[in-house]
Amino acid sequence: MKKKFWLLPLLACVLMLTGCGKSLSDQSVLDNVKESNTITWGVKGDVKLFGLIDVRDGQQKGFDVDMAKAITKRILGPKGKAEFVTTTSQSRIPLLKNGNVDAIIATMTITPERKKIISFSHSYFDAGQSILVAKNSSIKSAKDLNGKTVIGVVGANSVENIKKIAPRAKVIELQDYAQAMNALKSGQGDALTTDNGILFGLAVQNPGYEVRGGTFTVEPYGVAVNKGQTGFTKAVDKAVLEMQHDGEYNRLIKKWFGDVPGFKYKELYRR
Amino acid sequence: MIDIFTKFSGQLFVGLGWTILSSVIALFFSLIIGTVFAIMEVVPSKIARFIGRAYVEILRNIPLLVITMFFYLVIPKYVMKINGFTAGTIGLTLYTSAFIAETIRSGIQSVSGGQMEGARSTGMTYWQAMRYIILPQAFKIVIPPLGNQFVNLVKNSSVLAFVAGFDLMYQANSIASTTFDQINSYLVVGVLYLIITLPLSYYMQYLEKKLA
Amino acid sequence: MQNWISAFSWLNVHFLLMGLWVTIYISVISVILSFIIGSILGIIRYSKIKFVSKIVGFIIDIIRNVPLLLIIFFTYFGLPNFGLRPETIPAAVIAMTVFESSMIAEIVRSGIQSVSTGQMEGARSTGMSFVQALWHVVLPQAYKNMIPTIISQFVSLIKDTSLATIIVVPEMMQHAQVIYGQNSNYILPMFAALAVLYFIVCFTLSVIGNVIGKHLT
Repeated sequence: MKKKFWLLPLLACVLMLTGCGKSLSDQSVLDNVKESNTITWGVKGDVKLFGLIDVRDGQQKGFDVDMAKAITKRILGPKGKAEFVTTTSQSRIPLLKNGNVDAIIATMTITPERKKIISFSHSYFDAGQSILVAKNSSIKSAKDLNGKTVIGVVGANSVENIKKIAPRAKVIELQDYAQAMNALKSGQGDALTTDNGILFGLAVQNPGYEVRGGTFTVEPYGVAVNKGQTGFTKAVDKAVLEMQHDGEYNRLIKKWFGDVPGFKYKELYRR
Repeated sequence: MIDIFTKFSGQLFVGLGWTILSSVIALFFSLIIGTVFAIMEVVPSKIARFIGRAYVEILRNIPLLVITMFFYLVIPKYVMKINGFTAGTIGLTLYTSAFIAETIRSGIQSVSGGQMEGARSTGMTYWQAMRYIILPQAFKIVIPPLGNQFVNLVKNSSVLAFVAGFDLMYQANSIASTTFDQINSYLVVGVLYLIITLPLSYYMQYLEKKLA
Repeated sequence: MQNWISAFSWLNVHFLLMGLWVTIYISVISVILSFIIGSILGIIRYSKIKFVSKIVGFIIDIIRNVPLLLIIFFTYFGLPNFGLRPETIPAAVIAMTVFESSMIAEIVRSGIQSVSTGQMEGARSTGMSFVQALWHVVLPQAYKNMIPTIISQFVSLIKDTSLATIIVVPEMMQHAQVIYGQNSNYILPMFAALAVLYFIVCFTLSVIGNVIGKHLT
């Protein structure tokens, strides 16, 4: 028995060390990331085309992730490192506010409600909310959803939006897009709603399902940073603008959305 | 914290209602199923004992979340449609029934020694002895542990949040993501859970002491 | 059948086993930590130190009576308010340890109580102090009786780590979700794999617990 007690302080120390060592949110994030030469990004792990975990190496891959890497290089220089934390729609804002991540680039719409507690860069991607249904579904557009069950994801603003478009729709919120898509396939809902970019990704993975009725909201995606981090926000804006000017932005758009059937990726091009 | 409670009290009480409903339904059915499998585990038939044992061991050794998600995502795909609340409650029932079977079995075994033979010698059949002599005594012994199982059931019903079962935890997630105030949202539902579970578990402690 | 074969491609199996490794890693560290912390808390609660035991007891009762999911959320979203920003795996370890320590504290307390009545007085009458009597006489017997219960707590801990998928801890449940999220034809094979893998790990441990339990009595 006696021998085991030395483990306690040791393990407690290990636990402490794994957690600390990161900046407080009232310090300048820009200074901190420059000093550590690393930006920690919150990204999605369950969204094809934007941020999806690859089973080969457990890394997140997608447009958001590539954007994050490119922005990191432009802020910190070619040797700058980008680190990634997988977030969900539910966990991304607390993780940012708590300082677990420096910034979030995770299919996150700039909304007035969110702007009250966090800041956003300029929009880097223009999405719009739409619906995904089975190809043989009778639902033609979001307006047909009244009286139907619609699947959304906890923490996504699309859940609030759909309540305005189709007030009598029954909305159920699941943990992430993997669960939501499988629930749709299992008949737990009649449609899945979120931004078109995400839905097109799901449609690629799931033949037999299609995005219907066009978009009914405008969802500009922004890079989210903590309030008061003006320096960092400006650096992100500058990096995104540079990418648009020198064509890297369009290359990434083409890389991720060029092969998606039914998705007019050239409309997203920016100069 | 109080702000959130007053602002979302409607939603919270709906959640509380679903949580209690799910727990009560699951308790009712898991008591029945648990008793059946507990008896199967002690009857003379070897096959019945094996089935009883297998049921208990399988369900006890697989996470509740796996069982629940299976009923929500897989069963509707291949067998029949089940909504989130039902899937969650079925998961809870099956999972809990294994623990209840274990509890009742040990209750039966702690009674049964001479009692069964005594009852049989008065001319009762095996089933009569089980029904009128053994089970009533076994249930009396296992009341406190069963009460604790109900406390676990209420806590475990939070898996309904994973399958949109509208329970307290589901509402908490929803409130937390509309108010962006995680801590206070979860504190409020924490208190609501405690209002159900704490008195129950104190009462069970009291009963345990009284019976001991 | 084709689905089953491609679902269990080497890549997917490897990914799933990596998840199993994280599940076991979290469970083992948490069970060791909670054994130590739970023992200390259990002894404190048993020893009836003025106020301290009452407060410790009340905190234990609170933790034991709320859903583990809440504790996971508080750890991951709440700890940063105290300057600690755990990543997902340490967050899961902390949450599991907090929850499991309170469970083990209760087991330890009732374990000690079941031995102690006469034993403690007997030991004290030979001139031992309270601590000596506890350490040399009561605890060894109490722990011997508790081993099976603690092993069954270990089993529930392994199962409970699956809840940590909600904060995207890369454990087995999460990895299975990633796989069937990318191809929903794999959903049945993945649930089968989850059931089998959890069962193998947990059942083996339960059997070990039973064997030890029988050996001791």
